[in-house]
Amino acid sequence: MQVADTPRLYVMSVITVTYALLLYTAMATFVVGVSYRVFMYARAPAPLRIPTMPAPMTRTGVVFRVAREVGLFESLFKSNKWTWIFAVMFHLGLLLEVLRHLRFFIQPIWFWVVLIQPFGVYGGMLMVAGIVGLLGRRLLLARVRYLSDPSDYLMLFLLLGIGLSGFAVRLVDHTDIVSFKAFVLGLLYFHWRPLPVNPLLLTHLTLVSLLLIVFPFSKLLHAPGVFFSPTRNHVDDAREQRHLAPWAAQLERGGSEV
Amino acid sequence: MAKTDFEIPVIGDYLQTPDLHPGAMAKSAPFKAAAKHQQALGFPGELVENWEELAVAKLAELLKRYRSLRVYLDACVKCGACTDKCHFFLGTGDPKNMPVARQDLLRCVYRRHFTLAGRLFPRLVGARDLDADLLEEWYRYFHQCSQCRRCSVFCPFGIDTAEISMAAREILDEIGVGEKYCNEIIGKVHTVGNNLGLPAPALANTLEGLEEDVKEDTGVDVRFPLDVQGAEVLLIAPSADFFAEPHVDGLIGYAKVFHQAGISWTLSSYASEAANFALFIGNYAQMRKVALRIRKAAIDLGVRRIIVGECGHAWRVAYSFWNTLAGPFDFLDPRYPIPQHIVEFTYDLIRRGVVKLDKEANDHMKLTFHDSCNVARATRMGDRPGGQFVLPREVIKASCNHFFDMTPESIGEKTFCCGGGGGLLTDELLELRVKGALPRMQALREVHEEHGVTHMAAICAICKSQFSKVLPYYGFPMDTIVSLHQLVSNAIRMGINS
Ligand code: HEM
Ligand code: SF4
Ligand code: SF4
Repeated sequence: MQVADTPRLYVMSVITVTYALLLYTAMATFVVGVSYRVFMYARAPAPLRIPTMPAPMTRTGVVFRVAREVGLFESLFKSNKWTWIFAVMFHLGLLLEVLRHLRFFIQPIWFWVVLIQPFGVYGGMLMVAGIVGLLGRRLLLARVRYLSDPSDYLMLFLLLGIGLSGFAVRLVDHTDIVSFKAFVLGLLYFHWRPLPVNPLLLTHLTLVSLLLIVFPFSKLLHAPGVFFSPTRNHVDDAREQRHLAPWAAQLERGGSEV
Repeated sequence: MAKTDFEIPVIGDYLQTPDLHPGAMAKSAPFKAAAKHQQALGFPGELVENWEELAVAKLAELLKRYRSLRVYLDACVKCGACTDKCHFFLGTGDPKNMPVARQDLLRCVYRRHFTLAGRLFPRLVGARDLDADLLEEWYRYFHQCSQCRRCSVFCPFGIDTAEISMAAREILDEIGVGEKYCNEIIGKVHTVGNNLGLPAPALANTLEGLEEDVKEDTGVDVRFPLDVQGAEVLLIAPSADFFAEPHVDGLIGYAKVFHQAGISWTLSSYASEAANFALFIGNYAQMRKVALRIRKAAIDLGVRRIIVGECGHAWRVAYSFWNTLAGPFDFLDPRYPIPQHIVEFTYDLIRRGVVKLDKEANDHMKLTFHDSCNVARATRMGDRPGGQFVLPREVIKASCNHFFDMTPESIGEKTFCCGGGGGLLTDELLELRVKGALPRMQALREVHEEHGVTHMAAICAICKSQFSKVLPYYGFPMDTIVSLHQLVSNAIRMGINS
């Protein structure tokens, strides 16, 4: 590690090191945690065909069905238009923001990432507006309030915090943003650079780290989960194909049930 | 109609989402299975001593066995999209009948024992230890779910509360708390061969009686064969078809269709039941055992095809699970679907002109069709997605002149359960059943007022029994509900081309 690269880094090393470690930890927790969960989903057998019918009769059909769920929230649209609107605002905004943030991780910046930068502002606004809508629904609608746990509110507040602190970071000096990018690239290439000490930026980073850390332990697992939902990803082919799970095959052979 | 000790819901101008009435159905519970009914299925006779531990261990096992359970317990974001989709919530207002709240009864224990957040911060994420109170809630509210899967249509992640309630019932059985209705019936199928416990001689008698009745009515010798070796088709019908109205009129319809088609067929006294209640208790091994009876009957009788009668969950098990549970059925004729639904069979014969119908025979009725939940959301008919909606309607339309669909929000994939499915068709749950039927009664009332609809056809034994019972509570005559093949039976032109 080349810590003593510049004198400036030496002065701010406590904060830089703290945040470097925090971000590494957060990223590692996220990646390992989600991978482990995905591994468990993939490994658990689906012993019986249970697609919600009518269902596609081919693999390709299923790919489109899942894509519609992920890209358009098709089932939610059937269910409730207001929730759908807020959900799309929030997720689309989030997606735009995530893509826009790519500019901090790559050098030179890809063409399309440059292209979407102007939309980024709207992304943030969409996201925050969506969260406010979802929060309003959760607080005002008796049915949804009934089923909410404290963590459901906290999650929305966390995301709101990320969005709002994100807006605030725009007030930060451009020079700090340039050195922030150097810091991020430094993390990526294990060649640490100083993190500019700016309370708004640090708040934003702290909240994002928190989000990454709680992700694999929370309902945010809906994101990988939607790809593994048997009612959505099963092909309607049960009359043609057997789908014997290993434990069921063992049961057939008269062995123990598990 | 008997007097009731509960309030019968009023049908409004449109289907309203009720206000929350916490605890409204907290008392509703089916009778618990007696020790002998439990033990017959290999379950403990009564609540075992270390039930908390055993329940969690069973949950751990199910999480390893079923991807659905694992993903669904994790993925719910509490968005509330499913909250107003369950007929039992719509009919009772009890918030624990909102699908997500029902799932949460199991999810809270899952979170407590299987997630880091639930272990560290139970309050924060709504994690709970399984205690006696929660166990009782499990028993009650997982027996207020008819496993109709309507909620899964509307959930952005396809979370299927039926999967959750099946898992919960499986755990309950494992620790000795079974439902009498389901478990007693499954036992009867294992020993006698049908839900009713109707022995072979009685069945033979009934079928002979039907032959005489039809002869008297039509002058034609329509056979109701039992245990005929070497028949072309083995018909697996729900045992309700053997005796009760309007079911039996459906059976007469099947027999006339076979007669006209000139295809030899038989019932089996060994496997005289299409229903497979093991589905309702989520038990793979039991479900398989019931399915294997049918396989054995087919092999022993040397039939070439299996056709399934009008029964919703039976068709789910047959269509979606038989091949996996009890297959491969490679001893049957591969030129026909294995298994085939009686509606697919009749539809094909009508289309080819083998069966001819005089629609006028049903002119005294104006009809609508109730899509049974299991047929609609868990199976298919024909060779195209959605055939399960098209084929029955085509057969009805070929049999009558006056057909009107109910509101699109209550048919097809969005159909409402009759209120009696999933092992709830028992008298002690009458209040639940009457209230759960509200959304369907609402839609029926609408077509009744708008188009003068007088009758509703169905292709499920549970639907038919349930509606016969609850229709009068809403001011409709009991015989508003008819079998689909009853219409065919009325309209079919006998004798000309056989
Ligand atoms: C494959 C990607 C994803 C899909 C298909 C997806 C889909 C959905 C849907 C359909 C809902 C329900 C509607 C709603 O309440 O908004 C939802 C809720 C939610 N999603 Fe996602 N999501 C995805 C990724 C993410 C990610 C990456 C995050 C956060 C980092 C996230 C955060 C949330 C939150 C917090 C809620 C709950 C909102 C509330 O409390 O009402 N989602 N998601
Ligand atoms: S619709 Fe699905 S994700 Fe939303 S609350 Fe219901 S079960 Fe949970
Ligand atoms: S499966 Fe049907 S009965 Fe059960 S919770 Fe869902 S909608 Fe209600």
